[in-house]
Amino acid sequence: MGQRIAVLDYGMGNLRSVSKAIEHVAPDAEVRVTDDHGWIEAADRVVFPGQGAARDCMAAIGQHHLNQAIREAVQSKPFLGICMGLQVLVEFSEENEGTGLLGVIPGRVVRFAEDMPGDSGLPLKIPHMGWSRVEQVRAHPLWEGIEDGSRFYFVHSYYVVPEDDSLVAGVTEYGIRFASVLARDNLFAVQFHPEKSADDGLRLLKNFVGWNP
Amino acid sequence: MGLAKRIIPCLDVDAGRVVKGVKFVEIRDAGDPVEVARRYNEEGADEITFLDITASSDERETMVHVVEQVASEVFIPLTVGGGIRKVEDVRRMLMAGADKVAINTAAVFNPEFVREASDSFGSQCIVVAIDAKQVSGEGEPKKWEIFTHGGRKPTGIDAIEWARKMADYGAGEILLTSMDRDGTKIGFDNELTHAVAEAVPIPLIASGGVGNLQHLVDGITIGGADAVLAASIFHFAEYSIGEAKRYMAEHGIEVRL
Repeated sequence: MGQRIAVLDYGMGNLRSVSKAIEHVAPDAEVRVTDDHGWIEAADRVVFPGQGAARDCMAAIGQHHLNQAIREAVQSKPFLGICMGLQVLVEFSEENEGTGLLGVIPGRVVRFAEDMPGDSGLPLKIPHMGWSRVEQVRAHPLWEGIEDGSRFYFVHSYYVVPEDDSLVAGVTEYGIRFASVLARDNLFAVQFHPEKSADDGLRLLKNFVGWNP
Repeated sequence: MGLAKRIIPCLDVDAGRVVKGVKFVEIRDAGDPVEVARRYNEEGADEITFLDITASSDERETMVHVVEQVASEVFIPLTVGGGIRKVEDVRRMLMAGADKVAINTAAVFNPEFVREASDSFGSQCIVVAIDAKQVSGEGEPKKWEIFTHGGRKPTGIDAIEWARKMADYGAGEILLTSMDRDGTKIGFDNELTHAVAEAVPIPLIASGGVGNLQHLVDGITIGGADAVLAASIFHFAEYSIGEAKRYMAEHGIEVRL
C-alpha cells in the first residue's frame, strides 16, 4: 500500500480530472475524493481543488464541515490548492459584493479590470482562459523538471493579492502581473489547473506527490 | 501579453466512435476517441472538442463513457457538445470529466437554460455554440442570423445580438461557426468573427471553413478570435497541430509550443 492522498470533496468543480491526474502520476497511491474528516486527517497529503464563485465555495465548505479539516491540513502536511483552492485560502474576496474566506494566508482576491487593452485593439477578455506563462520567481522543489516560463492552463476572473510578497512563487502576466502561485512551508497553491496542463502540469503533480517538506 | 492563442481539434463522435475518418499513421484504431485524443494531445493540441452527433437517445450514455475514458488519459481541457439540453446533461458530462459543455440549439429554444447552467456550474464551463449564416444581400450592410438543425432552420435572430445576449446570460465562451463556410475550406468568415469578437467581452473560438494554415492565422489576426477550431485539416493529417503552431508562431502569433 502506497501513500494516501485526499482530494477534498465539497461538491465544487471537476474533481474527477484532479483525481485521475494524480492517479496517473502516482499509480501506487490510494487517491480518494472525500469529505471524510478521519480520512483527511490520516491522509499523507491533501489536494484542495475548486471552481465556481467564492461565496458558493465557502458555503459548500461549510456544508461539508471542511473548514477545520482544511486549516489542520494546511498546518500539518503537503497541501496543494488549485484555482479556487488557492483563492479561498486568503482572507477576503471582492466577488459577490464581498465574501469572507478561510484566511489562512493574509491577503485578498480581486477581479481583473474590465478595460485592460489586449492585442488586435480589443479589450482583454475576462475570464482569463487559456495557456499562460508562469515565471518561477523563486526556487521551489515543485518546479523541478519544469522550465521557467512554461505555460499552464488558466480559467479565472479573479486573482490573489497576498500581503506578504515573499510567499509568491510564481507570477503570470495577463494585463497586469499577478501572483499565480503561493508557497509557504508545506503549502503550495496555484491559480492554474495542473490537471489540465498537459506534461508540465503532470510533472508538477508528480513533484507534489513526492514532496516531503 | 502572454496568453497563447489556442488550437482546438474537433472530433465528431457517433455512438462512441469517431466518424468522418481520421487518418493518422501509427494509430491502431482511428475510430477510437481515446486514441485520437491521445494523439492530438501528443501533437500539442491546447484543448479537444467532442461533438456528439449520436441521433438516438439510447446511445447518448455512450458519450459519457467516452468522456470518462478520455479524461482518465488525456490531461488537457475537454469540451463536449451535442445533445446538451438540460442541467442534468451538463452535470453528467462534467462529472464524467468534461471541463466545458457546448450548448447550441437548446440555448436558442430556451435561453434561460444557459443562465441556469452557468449559475449552477460557473460560466467557465459553459460554451454557447452559435451557427450563423449571412442573410444580407450584396451591397447591403452585413447581417448574420442564427440557424439551427445544422444550418437548415432559420430563427430570425441576429447573430451579434445573440452572442451579446448569451454573454449576458453567463456564457463563458462563444464557439462561432459560419454555416456559409463550414466544409468549404476557403477560410473563416472573418468579418462575422470580428463583429462577434468586438461585441462580447468573453473569449471567442472561430470555426468553419479552415482549409490551410494561413486561414488559422487570419482567424486570429483579422477575425480577432482567441482560439481556432478545425476538424478535417487535422484529421486527414494534411497538417499536424505542431505544424500549425509553428506556422502561427512564424506569423507573429503567440502559441504554446
